[in-house]
Formats: sequence, C-alpha cells, structure tokens
Amino acid sequence: MAPRIKIPATKYPVERFTLGNGLRVVLSPDRSAPVVGVAVVYDVGIRSEPEGRTGFAHLFEHLMFQGSANLEKLAHFRHVQGAGGSFNGSTHLDYTDYFEVLPSGGLERALFLEADRMRGPRLTEENLRNQVDVVKEEIRVNVLNRPYGGFPWLKLPPVMFETFPNAHDGYGSFEDLESATVEDAQGFFDRYYACGNAVLSVAGDFDVAEATAMIERHFGDVPARPAPALPDFFEPDLTTEKRASYTDRIAPLPAVAAGWRVPDPIGAFEEYLPFAVLAEVLTDGDASRLVERLVQRDRAATTIGGYLGFMGDEYQVRNPTALLLQAHLPPGGDADKVLRTIDEELDRLTTDGLKEGELARTQARMATRLLHETDAVLGRALPMAVLELQRGRPGLLNDLPKLISEIGDKQIVTAAAALRPERRASVEVIPGGAGA
Amino acid sequence: MTSKTLPDLVPDAELNLPPEAERTLPNGLTVIAIRRSAVPLVEVRLRIPFGRAPLAPATLLSQALFTGTSAMSSIDIAAELQAVGGSLVAGLDPDRLLISGNALSDGLSRTLELLASVLTDATYPAEEVSTERERLVDHIQVALSQPAHLARVALQKRIYGTHPYAVQTPEPEEVRGVENAALRDLHDARLRPQGAILVLVGDIDPDQAIDTAEKTLGGWTGSAPDGSIEPTPLIETGPLLLVDRPGSVQSSLRLALPGIARTDADYPALTLANYVFGGYFSSRWVENIREDKGYTYGSHSLVEHFVAGSAWLAAAEVATEVTGPSLLETLYELGRIASLPPGEEELEQARRYALGTLRLGMSTQAGLAALASMYAGFGLRLDHLREHAASLTAATRDEVAAAAARYLAPSRAVIVVLGDADKIESQLSVLTAVERSAE
Repeated sequence: MAPRIKIPATKYPVERFTLGNGLRVVLSPDRSAPVVGVAVVYDVGIRSEPEGRTGFAHLFEHLMFQGSANLEKLAHFRHVQGAGGSFNGSTHLDYTDYFEVLPSGGLERALFLEADRMRGPRLTEENLRNQVDVVKEEIRVNVLNRPYGGFPWLKLPPVMFETFPNAHDGYGSFEDLESATVEDAQGFFDRYYACGNAVLSVAGDFDVAEATAMIERHFGDVPARPAPALPDFFEPDLTTEKRASYTDRIAPLPAVAAGWRVPDPIGAFEEYLPFAVLAEVLTDGDASRLVERLVQRDRAATTIGGYLGFMGDEYQVRNPTALLLQAHLPPGGDADKVLRTIDEELDRLTTDGLKEGELARTQARMATRLLHETDAVLGRALPMAVLELQRGRPGLLNDLPKLISEIGDKQIVTAAAALRPERRASVEVIPGGAGA
Repeated sequence: MTSKTLPDLVPDAELNLPPEAERTLPNGLTVIAIRRSAVPLVEVRLRIPFGRAPLAPATLLSQALFTGTSAMSSIDIAAELQAVGGSLVAGLDPDRLLISGNALSDGLSRTLELLASVLTDATYPAEEVSTERERLVDHIQVALSQPAHLARVALQKRIYGTHPYAVQTPEPEEVRGVENAALRDLHDARLRPQGAILVLVGDIDPDQAIDTAEKTLGGWTGSAPDGSIEPTPLIETGPLLLVDRPGSVQSSLRLALPGIARTDADYPALTLANYVFGGYFSSRWVENIREDKGYTYGSHSLVEHFVAGSAWLAAAEVATEVTGPSLLETLYELGRIASLPPGEEELEQARRYALGTLRLGMSTQAGLAALASMYAGFGLRLDHLREHAASLTAATRDEVAAAAARYLAPSRAVIVVLGDADKIESQLSVLTAVERSAE
C-alpha cells in the first residue's frame, strides 16, 4: 500500500464586516487571475413561498433581473456582459443567489447593479407576464419535455415530507405561476429582500480597502430593514418506510431514488459531515461500494449516485434534509431489488466496517473536488456568501478538506447504521417512453 | 428618487499568459505543461487523434478503456486513482479520443503511471466489457428520448450528408455487435503517442512535469495510421426539415450555416457578428424571443469547430404553439444582422464581452486545460489567445457587417425543427417550404 497522500488545504483570506444598515459582507481577495466574482444571497427560498404560490421564489428571482430604480429592463444583462462578464441567479430551498463574474475592472459596476436591485426591482405587469412565460418554458425544457425531468429533486420530497414547505414542487404549477400578481411580488420583496436578510460577497482580484470603499459607496444607503424571523421547517422523521412511483411518459428505462433524513446540517454539523463522506464511500467511482456491487457485479443498475441535499448543495442547506441515492436501471430493472441490495450493502458496512484504505482514498478524492470548485472565483464567492448567511462562517470553505479528512471509520459506520429501511422514502420511475 | 450613475469600467490590464513549457518526447507524444498554482491540483488532458475510427467500436472503447490491465482490475485502477485524489474518463468526438481528469498535484506521477498502464496494457476483460456494452446501449437509449439529442442527430445528418461527421452516436444494435477483439485491435492500431498531445495544468513546475510525463509515458510507443478526414461538404440548402416527435410540448428549432476556422482572417469579425445576433444573452435574438416575447427559456448560436470543418449553429427550444412565430423572429433577426451594420454601442458591448470571456476562460486550471487541449488539436497554442484578442479589438464595424452578410445570411441556412409535427407543420409552412423527415 502506497503511503497515504497528504490532504492539502486552501488558505483563501476571509474578511467579514457588517454595514450600518445590517448588510453582511464577506471579502476574499486572491490575485492569481484578473477576474472577480460577486454574489448576493438572500435568506429566502422555495420553502418560504406561500401555499397557492408554488414556484414563486423562483419566479421572483427572474423578476430581480427585470430592471430597478436606475436600470431599464435588459440593462442589467447588458451592463454585466458589456463589462466582459457573465451573470446568473438560482433559487434553492433555503436561499436565492445572484451573481456575476467579470474581468476585475468591472467590480464597481457589478456592485452598483446589485445595490440598485437590492433597493427594489421594477415590478410591472408586463415584465411579470413575460417572465411567467419564460419560466413556463424553463419548466418545459427541464421537466416536462425531457426524460426524468425533476427526478428526484421534485419527485422525492412529497414522498418524504408532510408539510407544504418541504413537500411542494419548487418549480411551481402553471396555474399558480399564472395567478401570481405584482402585489404578491412587492409583498415578497418587502418581507424577504431586506438588506438585513442578505449577504454580499466578493472573491478574486481586488484590493480590500478599495472594495470596502466601493461597497460603502453603493450599498451604504440601501434602507435598513431587518430580517424576518427565521422559520423552522422541522418535521418528524419517518417511522415507517414510504414508497411511491409514477410513470414518466418520455423515459425509456426505469429509475429509483431513495432518501433518508440526516442530522441538522448546521445545528449538528459534526454528526452531519460523516454522511457527506458516506455518500461518496457508497457511490464515488468504480471502486465505491454500490457502483462495484450494483453496476459492475449485479448489473442491476446502469448508474448510481449519492449526495446530500435535494439540490446537491450539501453545505448550503438547512434542516430538514436528506442523503439521497439515485439509480438508473437497465431494461426491465427491478427497483425493489436495487433497494434491497442497498440495504444489504449498508448492513455489510455496518457489520464489517471499512476496508483498508477505503476511507482515505475517498477523502482524497473529495478534497480534489472541493479544491477544484474553489479555483473559480464564483466557487468561492457563492459558497462563502451562503456559509456566512447560514452559519456566520465563510472560512468553513477553507476548512472542509481537513474536516473531511478527520472523519474516522467509526463515524462512517455509525452513519451507515442510521440508513434503515423503515426511515427510507423512495420513488420509482416507471418508463412510459419508446423502448420501454 | 435620486438617480445614480453607472460606474466606469477600469480598463483591462494586458493579457498575461501563464508560464508554460512544451516538449515532444522521443515516442512522438507532445507534452504541454502550464503552471497555475492557485489550488494544489493538476488537470490532465490527453488528446489522441481518432478520425475515421469505426464509430461503434470507438465509442465502446471510450467507455471500456479503464476496465482492466494484465495487473489490475477496473476496481483496482479506480481505487489507485482515487488514492491520489484522481479520476480519469475518456470521451470521443469524430476527431479525437480525449482522456481527461484531475488529481492532487502530489499525485501527478501516480496518475500518469496509471494512465500509462492503461495505454500500454489495457486488456478489455470479457465480463467488464460486457457490462460496459450494456450500459452504453442503455445510455444511447436514454439519449434517443432527449429532444436536444434527437435534434442534433437530425441536424448533423442534414448538414454533413455522407461525410464521417454526419453520424456521431452509434445505433444500439451496432454497439451490441462489437466484439472484445475489435476493441483490442482498435486500441493497438490507434492509441499511439505519435501525434497525441498531453496537456497538464496546475500547481506544477512545467519542466519537471514534462520530465515526469517522459518518465511515466516514455514506454508508450508507436504511431497510428493517418486518420485525417476529408473537408466537410458544402451545406446544401433546401426545405425546412420537420422531424416528428408526437406529444412534444416544445419544438427544438435548429439552424446551420457554413462556418470558418478560428484562423480564418474573417473569424474575429464573424465572432462579433454572431454575438450581436444570438451568441450571448444580451443579443438581439435572446432579447427578442425571450425577453420581449417569452417564446423560450433560452436560445444560443455559436460556431462549432471540427478539424475538417466548421459550422455555425443556432438552437432554441420554443413552446409548441409559437413555433412558427419563433422561426419568423429568428429569420428576421438573422436577416437584419446580414443586411444592416450593427449599432456602434451594441458592437462595443459584444466586443467587450468577447474579450472578457477570453479572460474568464483562462482564470481556472480546468479552463486553461480545456483551452490548451482544444487549441492544440487545431495546431494552435495558448498564445493564439493574444492574437485573437488583438483581432477582436481591431475588427471594424464594416468588417463585422461584411462578415455577417457573408456568413449569417438566412438564404443559405438549413433549418431543422423537431416537435409535434401535426401541431407545428402548418405554422412553419406559411413561412417556408417544409419537408417531413422520413424517419
């Protein structure tokens, strides 16, 4: 056995401060490439949208690009791209992010654009109707017109959870989207898009003193509004197994996904982290347990993957969340058998423990993946913003490879032992498409 | 409300290329090593010319390359790579086999050793290959249910005719018929260092990294037969090709025009004209069919380059009920860019975007590795970026207008639409001649 490779760490500097109006700021300078990433995250996501307004958090994200006090419709896009940059936004269960990456000379412009919409977007009937149409096309592209659309991130939560915030479809029904009004949007902004409910982060090629002055200049006069009370979306764990299935009219082959609740990602981080490593022990690469067994040996699955969080955002999600396994099966594949085999492999792991070197190599690969993501300025700006928002700990991004490397065999076995069939929710895709 | 002024941009500093070294080893392998030390990783890209390789065996080979050597099983290989934080996968296009991955930089030597053992000693064991064969058939089956894949397949057949680029995914039946021996023969014939290019990017000393490559890969030898492909044919115009996908709730709209190579003198001007038309979000096409009309979630146009030819491609997924109107706006915008010069400000905006995108693409190890490997496949090196940036900066409005007239004229475009034919044929046929696909 070759000596264990040393797990390296990054040392990105982290500066934190709060403006007078309550906006939290994270700066992480690194001048190795002449680019900057700017992210603003708001502490509101899919779980906070009201009943009868499924998909509203995401629709509202689109409206944040439709102009603000000093910006006409289309101006945001043109100003970012005319600075040589790119932009986007995304809506998650617990937060919504907005971001730009640009050549460093565009930093102040990006800050201006984010500050302008933080003061308030231009909410008009015309823009709302236009973006409802765009979002419907987005749902058609990503869910309705393709095989396995929304599997499992939209299909498993209603099996696993009872309450509306955790169980509902975050992309939204067309009916709810079409019912959305400008008043709804104004109310959502007033309630959730307070600067006290947001974090701004900047990563990359800039000088801290200069960037701080720019941030004061552009964000300093955003009216102070406090954050709303943080909701608690807790619901009790399953005590009996839950199963569901649905027919996908386009999919040619069966698939199955299973989820188990995991400890609170924030309140019980030490107990949570072993599950992140367990997911990789089970599914990362041909030498992982479930790939070896289900894909290579039994040929019961074509692919299998595992991760934490319904959107794969394992360090950027709040309680309750889950460890997910998802498998695509060959023609005639038996989802039941796949679930039974997973149980068997979890039992084996619990009983026999890990093999020599198994954990170390998994940790080494996890380190590579984490480091790889942080090489991009947005791979630092975005997670640091969310880690500040949810934990007040943006530097966790630097610490993760080491924390993961310190997880021991015993913690993995304990985590595996918790994935009992009676705590499991699963959803099976029945193929309804050609070739099925 | 007090109005606020948009801050000026700070002009870009000169484009700096990262330190690099290049050497062609005695076995004919060219190694390019580039230093970007921001994170302690190394990116690996090995590009092996694979033109004219038989499609089904080549595709299966790319899936089965890491299934075993005389000394190691597929699981051993995966575990050994993982132990240094590594992973390698192979992918195929009509020009090349590309092995790509990354590892902790301390694991470079071990990663290349494992790569060498696969290159020189892959055994294609029967059991493992049989699994990969079935998995590949399943993947193809799933691809055949995806509208984007089906539209691409139809478009490639339409523009490339009988040229080798026309078909890039094998039929399931062809994959089932590939024997293990065919993989070994193909491997022996084509996986050779002569003409292959290895790119290493990361927290490395470039000269030492090349020494490491020489030490680990020096025993890989031989040359492959010439795999060069004849130039792509002229694209023949004709009626819009309508491919039926019953029940489709969107239509996949595709257009193609003959393209030009990156090194063509007109290429920078075409690049800018394409951005103004539909190559980025702030283009006329996206602003029209998405932000004004709400017909689509997104549309995009680009020049796609293969070694034997380039083509301009445009793609949008639009709602079934507005398929005709979407084509109308698309042809209008294409006609407008080909007929009238772009506005001064929209051209400057596209130019700044083009230049900024080059900088962003170079700002990560993975971005540099992708660029360097792709350029090298076309005989270019990273310094082409500097030349390309200078040409983008210099291109005049007249040159951009001329390039648009020459390369983006809708009269020369071929159009393929995949969707629910019974619902969209009448919408399309009011605009242009329509021919239903026989398949």
